[in-house]
Order: sequence, then C-alpha cells, then structure tokens
Amino acid sequence: MRIMSRPEPGTRGAGRESAVRVEDVAVRFRSRRRDVTALRDVSLDVAMGEFVAIVGPSGCGKSTLLKLVAGLLKPSSGTVRLRGEDVAGPRHDIGYVFQRAALLEWRSARRNILLQAEMRRMPSGRARERTAELIAMTGLTGFEDALPHELSGGMQQRVALCRALLHEPPVLLMDEPFGALDALTREQLNIEMNRIWRETGTTVLLVTHSVAEAAYLANRVVVMSDRPGTVAEVIDVGLPAERDYAETMARPEFARVTNRVRTLLGAGAAAD
Amino acid sequence: MVSQGTTTATPETDAAGVVERGRPGAGERLAGVLERTWRPVALLAACFAAWWAITAFKLVEAYLVPSPGATLRLLGDKWGYIWHHTWVTTYETLLGFAIAVVVGVAAAVVMVYSRTVERTLYPVLLFAQVIPKIAIAPLFVVWLGFGIGPKIVVAVLIAFFPVVISMVAGLKAVDPEMLELSATMGASPMATFTKIRLPASLPHLFSGLKVAVTLAVTGAVVGEFVGANQGLGYVILQANGNLDTPMLFAGLLVMSAIGVVLFVAVEVAEKLLLPWHASRRGGSVTTTY
Repeated sequence: MRIMSRPEPGTRGAGRESAVRVEDVAVRFRSRRRDVTALRDVSLDVAMGEFVAIVGPSGCGKSTLLKLVAGLLKPSSGTVRLRGEDVAGPRHDIGYVFQRAALLEWRSARRNILLQAEMRRMPSGRARERTAELIAMTGLTGFEDALPHELSGGMQQRVALCRALLHEPPVLLMDEPFGALDALTREQLNIEMNRIWRETGTTVLLVTHSVAEAAYLANRVVVMSDRPGTVAEVIDVGLPAERDYAETMARPEFARVTNRVRTLLGAGAAAD
Repeated sequence: MVSQGTTTATPETDAAGVVERGRPGAGERLAGVLERTWRPVALLAACFAAWWAITAFKLVEAYLVPSPGATLRLLGDKWGYIWHHTWVTTYETLLGFAIAVVVGVAAAVVMVYSRTVERTLYPVLLFAQVIPKIAIAPLFVVWLGFGIGPKIVVAVLIAFFPVVISMVAGLKAVDPEMLELSATMGASPMATFTKIRLPASLPHLFSGLKVAVTLAVTGAVVGEFVGANQGLGYVILQANGNLDTPMLFAGLLVMSAIGVVLFVAVEVAEKLLLPWHASRRGGSVTTTY
C-alpha cells in the first residue's frame, strides 16, 4: 500500500499546512414557517494528516459542517477553505462516507468501489490495482463479487470506505460511518480505521455520536453544542497515532478526554 | 465495548460474511414451481368446472352460454380465422405499448429534470388520463380512418400514464446521498444519469410496464370496437351481431391469453434485466454473522 508523503500523523505546530479551515461560519435554513440556524460562529482548523472527530447532540449541525467542507452546501456567512482554496461548489479532492453505505444495489462490491474511478475517468488499470489493494486492506477479500444485499452492514460500510479512498483523497469526510453497526463490528472497524488512517496518511474529519470512538481515533475532539450548533470546546487527545484498542481505553488520557466530552455534553446527551 | 450505548445493534447487520445456500436441484426446483402454481391453477380449473357445470346441467340456455367443449372445438375449427385476427390485435398492442414506453420514459426524464416542464405537463397528462378512451375513440376513427392508426393511438393513450407515473417515481426514488456522492466524484450529469439514476429507476418502471402492457391490449380492442374490419374486437362485434356466442367466448379467451402472455413476457424481461432486484425479493441468499 502506497503511503503519501506527509508529516507524522497528528503533528501540529508552527508552519503546518491547513487541510480544512472554517472561519466564522453560520448556516441558516429558510423554510416557509421559520428560519432555522443550524450553525453559528463555527471556526475550525484541521492540519494535513490530522484526525479530527466532531461530537455533539443530535441536530447540532455536525453533518451540515461536513457538507460545507465538501462543498455540497454553501454557508450563509463566513468562509470555508479546503487545502488553501475557497470551497465553491462540490469538491472532488475528498472522500465521503455516510452513515448508510449508499451502495448501488445492482453492482458487486468491487464494481461499487470502481464507481469512483468510472466517474473520475481514472485509468482502469490503475483503478483495478488500487481496488485490489483496498479490498485487501479492509478485509473484503472473498466478497468482491457479492451484491450489497448479500453483505452484512459492516461489510457494506467497508465497501463504502474503499470507494471513498479509491482516488487517494487528501481529505476523508465521515458522517457517522459506524453509527448503524452493532457494538462489536463497530469496535472492529474502529481498529481498522486507525490503521487505515496511519497507512494512508489522509486527513480525516469524523462525525460521531460515540465519545469512545472519538477519543480512540482522533488527535483532537471537537465538541459541539446545540441550537444553534457551535463549537463548545476542542480537546487535544494527546495519544500516539498507533493505538492498541484495549490499552488505549485503559489509559488516563483516554479517560480524561471522554470524561471532559461527557461533561460538556451533559450526561443525557452523551448516551444519545 | 465502551461506546456507552451509542450503537444501535441490528441483528441482521453484522460483521463477517455471506452464506450462500446451495443452488436447488432440478427436483427441488420443480417442487418449488408446483408449490407456487397449484393454487392459481386449481382456481382456474374450478372456474372451468363451474362453466362446464352450468352448461352441462342446462342451467342457462346454450345460445347464451356455450359449453367449454363447444368453445374449444370452435377454436380448433376456425383456428386460421382466429389466428389472423389475434395477430392483428397483438401487433396493434405491441406497437402501442412500445410507443407508450418510449414517449412515457422520455416525458418522465424531462419532467424529473425540469420543474417547469413537470408543472406544465402534469395537468395535461392527467387530463389525457381521465378522458374516457372509449368516448374519444370514435374521434380518432374520424381523423385517422379505419386502419391501424386509431387502435394504436388508443393503446398508447391508455398505456402511457402508468409508464410516466412509475418512471417519474423511480427517478425520484434515487438515494439523495448517492447523488451527493456523485457530485463529490466530479461525475458528469450524463454519467450520474446512466450509472445511478436510470438503473435505480428500473424496478419502478417495470411495475408500471406490467400494468401498461395489459392496458395496451384493452386499448387496441377498444380501438377495434369503434371501427375496424379485423382484429379480435372486430371478431367479437361480428359474433355478437350474429348471436354466435361460441365465437364470442373464443375471442374473449384469446384476448385474455394475449394479456397474460405479454404480462409474463414483461416479468421475464424484468428478471433477466434486473437479476439483482429479483434475487433481493426472492431472498435466495442471506447474510449471517
């Protein structure tokens, strides 16, 4: 598996390059009856190669924030920059994973992954090679020719992840990608996600409801508050990039981060 | 797991694998076909038996309801005559159906991509649908004569609506997240249409096609009723005029047979074109942990 040139994952400091820069962003949705402010005064800076998790109560605009970065949505005010460029319209230098795998039912796992290549008109030889790499990396070997309805939820989400990584995007946006999975599968995919992030060196923005998932995977955890959504606090996790699951869970840093996040969210919201 | 109840576990979506049941053998498959078909076949047989009983016990005069035997004998004796008219009606039906599909799908695509066109066309479509076809059919005879024209027009008019409605529903049923993904892939509108929207709409389209093809038969026969010198509609009118009830019943039987055969043909086409959809409904393959 090819590793992109990049700084050590999560190293931050002077002179670092910004992957995502969100400044004073507000999003208001106008409906006939009332105006809804989804986001207000949101600022966020994500370094190249960094893993940032965004947690917050339901409806706090976490998904809206990802869509802004992807250029699928325009902010009502403020600026969004991706890799130094203003985001104006859908960006192609990202990979996107949704909570539902959103696979094409008539395509096999392999051909679902290759959709990314077909749409981008990537050379087919290169695309096939890369698909094979990703299938091996995500443990999909043996399921290449299965149709989505023949795959379990975890397997479907692996296919969606491969599709999002096929073109080696510098930035990966994940919107509650493991939210619909059972606890064991989720844990397994968290471990794989940590490895994939280290191997690809891609910048990851992960929206999640799980405090543990956020603390295990991320360099920094952005805690958002509700109505209108805004950044309550950004917490440095301060753990090495390579993380053993059980060992990480037992570390004091992990407990410190999850406790802080839960305090910010309030006991009820954390179990949301 | 320390995820604090944030996961929603669904029993059927788990990690590992696919379990494929072995393909059924010939005997098993035959048993499956029998299992599925014996009930409707039995019901049909019961209807025939009732028909036979009514005539055999002279519950109704023979000139009003001919016996099944007399009807089948007539079908055999006059096969050349009936076959000719059957072919005419089938031809009109298929041509009308084909035109309805092409025009209907095209209209649906345009309507889905343009709200203005949708708003403009929908009332017109609805109007064309609610007009009783039997009432305007004579008008088409006045305009187009006694040839094949009016029959095809009526068949198209009657079959068109379910095609448009199902195709519009299909094109709109596409997963919005799929379209967002497509946007992040830099896909052209054409590629998004051919690779995502069109295939996703086909299951809906096919349910519309099944309705449309049976309606097209009705359309062709209605067209024949108002003015024709061939076709099963003409045969039935002639038989009616001559009080030739065996011929009337024979015409009805053949007409129903055309509808059933065309319906099955559309179902077969659906299974061949959309194997993923058929297997999904059939549930022949399951996922386990």
